[in-house]
Amino acid sequence: MFNKILIANRGEIACRVMETCRKMGVATVAVYSDADATARHVAMADEAVRLGPAPVAQSYLRGDAIIQAALDTGAQAVHPGYGFLSENPDFAQKLADAGLVFIGPSAEAIKAMGLKDAAKALMEEAGVPVVPGYHGDNQDDGFLAEQAESIGYPVLIKAVAGGGGKGMRLVEEAKHFADELSSARSEAATAFGNSDVLVEKFVQNPRHIEIQVFGDNHGNAVHLYERDCSLQRRHQKVIEEAPAPDMPEAVRNAMGAAAVRAAKAIGYSGAGTIEFIVDGSGPLREDGFWFMEMNTRLQVEHPVTEAITGQDLVEWQLRVASNEPLPKTQDDLTINGWAFEARIYAEDAARGFLPSIGTLTHLAFPATARADTGVRAGDAITPHYDPMIAKLVVHGATRAQALGKLEQALARTEVAGCVTNLAFLGALTRHEDFAAGRVDTGLIARDQEALVAEEDPTPQMWAVAAAKAAGLDGIAPQSGFTLWESLARTVPLDHKSGSMDVVLRASDNGKVNCTVDGQVFEVETRDVWRVDGVKQDTRVVAHAGGISLFGAQTHHFTLRNLLERGASDEQGAGTILAPMPGTVKAVMVAAGDSVTKGDTLAILEAMKMEHRMTAPFDGIVAEVPVSAGGQVTDGALLIRMEDPEEGAA
Amino acid sequence: MEAKETHLALLDQIAQAAQAAALGGGEKSRERHVSRGKMLPRERVANLLDPGSPFLEIGATAAHNMYDGAAPCAGVIAGVGQVQGRQVMVVCNDATVKGGTYYPMTVKKHLRAQEIAEENHLPCVYLVDSGGANLPNQDEVFPDRDHFGRIFFNQANMSAKGIAQIAVVMGSCTAGGAYVPAMSDVSIIVKEQGTIFLAGPPLVKAATGEVISAEELGGGDVHTRLSGVADYLADDDAHALALARQAVGALAPPVKATIAEKPAVAPQFDPETILDVVPADLKTPYDIRDVIARIVDGSVFDEFKARFGTTLICGFAHIEGMPCGIIANNGILFSESAQKGAHFVELCSQRKVPLIFLQNITGFMVGKKAEAEGIARHGAKLVTAVATTSVPKITMVVGGSFGAGNYGMAGRAYSPRFMWSWPNSRISVMGGEQAAGVLATVKRDGMERRGECWSADEEAAFKKPTLDMFEEQSHPLYASARLWDDGVIDPRKSRDVLALSLRACLDKPIEDTRFGVFRM
Repeated sequence: MFNKILIANRGEIACRVMETCRKMGVATVAVYSDADATARHVAMADEAVRLGPAPVAQSYLRGDAIIQAALDTGAQAVHPGYGFLSENPDFAQKLADAGLVFIGPSAEAIKAMGLKDAAKALMEEAGVPVVPGYHGDNQDDGFLAEQAESIGYPVLIKAVAGGGGKGMRLVEEAKHFADELSSARSEAATAFGNSDVLVEKFVQNPRHIEIQVFGDNHGNAVHLYERDCSLQRRHQKVIEEAPAPDMPEAVRNAMGAAAVRAAKAIGYSGAGTIEFIVDGSGPLREDGFWFMEMNTRLQVEHPVTEAITGQDLVEWQLRVASNEPLPKTQDDLTINGWAFEARIYAEDAARGFLPSIGTLTHLAFPATARADTGVRAGDAITPHYDPMIAKLVVHGATRAQALGKLEQALARTEVAGCVTNLAFLGALTRHEDFAAGRVDTGLIARDQEALVAEEDPTPQMWAVAAAKAAGLDGIAPQSGFTLWESLARTVPLDHKSGSMDVVLRASDNGKVNCTVDGQVFEVETRDVWRVDGVKQDTRVVAHAGGISLFGAQTHHFTLRNLLERGASDEQGAGTILAPMPGTVKAVMVAAGDSVTKGDTLAILEAMKMEHRMTAPFDGIVAEVPVSAGGQVTDGALLIRMEDPEEGAA
Repeated sequence: MEAKETHLALLDQIAQAAQAAALGGGEKSRERHVSRGKMLPRERVANLLDPGSPFLEIGATAAHNMYDGAAPCAGVIAGVGQVQGRQVMVVCNDATVKGGTYYPMTVKKHLRAQEIAEENHLPCVYLVDSGGANLPNQDEVFPDRDHFGRIFFNQANMSAKGIAQIAVVMGSCTAGGAYVPAMSDVSIIVKEQGTIFLAGPPLVKAATGEVISAEELGGGDVHTRLSGVADYLADDDAHALALARQAVGALAPPVKATIAEKPAVAPQFDPETILDVVPADLKTPYDIRDVIARIVDGSVFDEFKARFGTTLICGFAHIEGMPCGIIANNGILFSESAQKGAHFVELCSQRKVPLIFLQNITGFMVGKKAEAEGIARHGAKLVTAVATTSVPKITMVVGGSFGAGNYGMAGRAYSPRFMWSWPNSRISVMGGEQAAGVLATVKRDGMERRGECWSADEEAAFKKPTLDMFEEQSHPLYASARLWDDGVIDPRKSRDVLALSLRACLDKPIEDTRFGVFRM
C-alpha cells in the first residue's frame, strides 16, 4: 500500500478520496487553483500544492504541474477523481513514465474505451451486445443519412469523442437529419476538437442502467451490480439508485456477465462502469440491453453501489493500484437493501436550471444521509467549476423506505446563499412514476413544469421569518418587553416572490402576534416554532444572507435595508451651481443635449483647482447660462437639467 | 384568592389608564396624522428600537386626569429602549395630542427623561413633532428653572459630558422647539414633513409681512442644503428612523460599570404568583421575602443580619445575572432596622453593588421609648447613607410609602435612578386617617378649651374631606400622573422591570461614594 498519494481533483470527490486515505493511513496531497486556496479539500489534505489560476486549463488540467507536485511531495500515486484528467490516457502514460502510479486503468484501456465507435467494435467482438448503428469512418453527410435510414428512425447522432451529452442529437424524422447533423458536428468540434459523429438506434423508453466493474492486475474482474441512472435531465444524471427497479435476476446476471466480459476483453484494472441502454418499454429482457460506453474511472454515483454492497470503492481502487488482488470474489458480493443518490446543485430549477453562484452563508446536512461535499458554510460556489454542492446518499431496506429517507433528507438539507435544486429533487421523490419504479430517461422532460413549480411562502412562513428576523426566538431576556401595550414593529422583508411589511407585536411570554397582509398569527418562539399552536416542520436559520426557512421548499427572506433608498437629493437636483466664485474654464454641453449620470458638463476653475461639474442623473440639459471664460459668483447657476419627472410627463 | 382579585381589579384600572394614554389624542387626530403619511408616535418608537428588544417606558400614565384629560401620556412618549444593541433614552412627541405642544407635565416628563439619560449616560434620541409651548399654560411652562428652557440646557450639558444627543425632526419643531435639533449632535429631518423655524409662517407674516410656506421657510431641503440646521435628509419616517439607528450605531461604546455578572437564572418561585402572596389590604402584614423570592435569580437571597433589626430585610441577590443589594420593609422602622439599613448601604457602596428598595413603610417607630433611644438619630443615619451613596438606587413601592419612611427607603426626593409603584401602593405624608385624626384632635382641643362640644357626627363630617383628599392624592395614578414616580407597573413584571432598570444603570461606571457625617 502507498504511504502518500496525490489527489488530482477538487471538490467533493477529492474530499471523498481523502476520507478513505485517512481510514487507511495513507497521507494525502491536494492540488488547488487560486480560487480553491482555502477550499475544503485543501483544508482536509495533509499537504497542498498550488497549480495556478482558477481556469481549469491553467490549474486542474495541468498534468505536468500535477506530476511535478507529486514528485516534489513524495507522493507515490495519483488519484484522478472523475472529470479533469481522469480519462486522459496521455496523463496516465506520463505518470507511468515518471515512475508514479495512476490510480485507474492503463493508458491503453482508457484509449480503447475513449473512442466510442472503436469501443463498440471491440465490445461486439467480445460478445457484448451493442446498439445497432454506424460507427465507421465514413463521415459523408449523405452516407450517414442512408445509415440512419437503414437503422430506422428515431436515431441518435453522437460525437465520437463525446460525453456528457455534448454533440448529441435525437432525430425523430429523416427530414431533420441534415440540420441536426451539422449542429451536432459543430458542437462536437467546439467541445472536443473532433467533429466526427456516429449514428445509432434510439431506444424507446430507454433506461440508463450501468454496471460497476472492477478488475485487478492479476486478471480478475468482478461486477458490483447495477445502478439505474434513468432520472436524467438533458443527459445529466439527477437521481441515481441501486439496484435498478424491476430488475429480474436473470437480466441482472446477464448484464453483469456481459460487463465482466467487457472488462476482461481489455484486461481492465481498477474501477470502471459499463453503461447500457435498456429497453424500458416492457419488462426488462435478457436480450434488451446494449452496450453504450465504458467510463474508465470512478463514477460520481459510486456511493449507491457502496451503500448496497457495503464496499468502499476507493479502498478497492487503492488496493488494486498497489497490485493487490481484488478484495472480494464475485460470490462474496451481494446486494443489501436499496440506495439513492441525489445531486444537489447550485442551480435555479424554476429558471431553466440556470447555474447560481454565491457564498454559502449556511449549510447543514441531516445525519440520516451520507453527504459527500466539497464545501463548508462560508465557502463560495464560483463560476469556475461544476456547481455541485453535495451528493446526498441514503440507504434503506426497501426501495420505498430508501425513497422516503431521501425525501426526508432533502427536506432537512439546509443550503443558503445560492439557489439550489433541492425543491426539484424533493418533487422528484414524490413523483408518482418514479415512486412506483417506472423510470426512463424522458421522465423529467415530460413533467418538468410540475417538477420545478415553486410555491410562494405561506403567510405563516412570512410570520415566522419576520419573528426570526426580529430576533424574537426567545434567546434575549425580556425580549419584547413593554409595561403595557406591546409595540407594533414593522419588519420589512423581501422574498423573490415579493415584499411584505410584517407587523409584529411581541409579548414577554414568548408569543408574537404577526400581522401578514391583514391576517394575524400567533407565533411562539421558544424551543420550537409554533404558529397558532401548531408545530412547524420548518427549520428557521438566520445567517449572513438573511433568514432561511428550510423544509420541502426552501425560502429565503432578507430584511430590507431602509438605508439603501433615500439619496433623495439625486433626483430633482438638476440645478448645478458654482460651489465657489471662479472662472468657467470649459462648457461641454448645450441646451437639449442628452447626458448620462457622471458626464462632465462644465469645468470651473477656482482657487487654483479645476472643478468638474457632472451630470447628477441621466437626462436632458435644459439651460446653460454661462460660457467658457465667464466669471461666476458663488452659487451662480451653471447648468440646469430638465426635471426628470416633468420630462416624463 | 380574594386578595388576588382585588389586586387584579386595581391593576385593571391602571392598565385601562395606560391603554387610553397610549392611544394619544383620539381617533380623529390619529387619522389625520396617519393620512399625512406619518407614523403614529408609538410606531415611530417601535421602529426606532431593535426589533424584539425591550422598551422600559416611563410616565406611561403621566398627566392622567389632568388638564381635563387633554394631554394623555402628557403628549410625549419616553423610555429606555435598545438601538443597535445600545441602550438609549427615547423622547417622542405625540402630535395627536394638541399638536404635541408642551403642557407643564410634558415639560416635567421630558426633563425626567433627560435626567435619567444624564444620570445613566444614555444617548438621547428625540423624535420631534411638536408645536412648542402650550400657550394657555405658558406661565407653568416657560419661565421657571425646570421649565422649557431646561430641555436645551440639559442637551448642552449632556453633550458636554459625551452623552450623544440625536434629533429626528418628523413634524413641526417650532420656536423654542427648534432648539431641540439645533442643540443636538446629529439631526435628521424628514423631507416635506419636518419643519424647523423660530417663527412659523403666520408669525413671520405678522412681523415682517413676508409670505412664505412652511416648507420654504424651514423644510428639510432648506435645513440640509442651506442652513445646516439638520444633517441628514430622510425620505419618510421609516427612512429617518433607519438613519437615526445608523447614527446610534456610530457612537463610541459606553464605558460600563464593572460588576460581577453571572448567568441569569429564573426564580424558583414563578413571578406570575407574586399577587398570591401579597394581601390586598396594606394593613395586613406579610413576609416581604415571599416577594423577593419571586423577583431574584434562583430565588436565592443572601440575607444580611437576618436576626437583627428584623423589620428591615437586607441582603444580596442577582436579578437577570446582575448583582444587587435589596433593602425591603417587613414592618415599621425601628432604631435597629435603621442602623442595619445604613450598614448595608455602606457595604453595597463599598462593593459598588446597586441597591434596590422595596418600599412598604408606614414610617419610623414613634413614642417615648423610640424618641429617647434616638430614633431620629438612627433614622438620620439611614437617610444620610441613602442620600449620599453613589451606587445606583432603584425604588419600587410595593405597599405604603408614608412619612419619613419614604426618605429612608429612597423615595423620589432621594433621586433613585428609577422609581416604580404597584397598583396597590399608597403615598402620602401620613395615612389619611392619621392626618384627619391629627386635624380633628387639634380642632377638638381648641373647642374643648373654649368649652364647646363636638359630636361624633360633626367630627366624622369634619374628617371626611381630609380622608377623601388623602384617598385621592395617595392613589398611585394620582402620583404617577404627576411623575412622583416613573410609572405604575404590573407587579408580575417586577423582576423584568427591575432587571431593565438595573441594566439601564450599568452603561456608566459606579463612582466611589463619599458619605456625609453620620450622627453616631
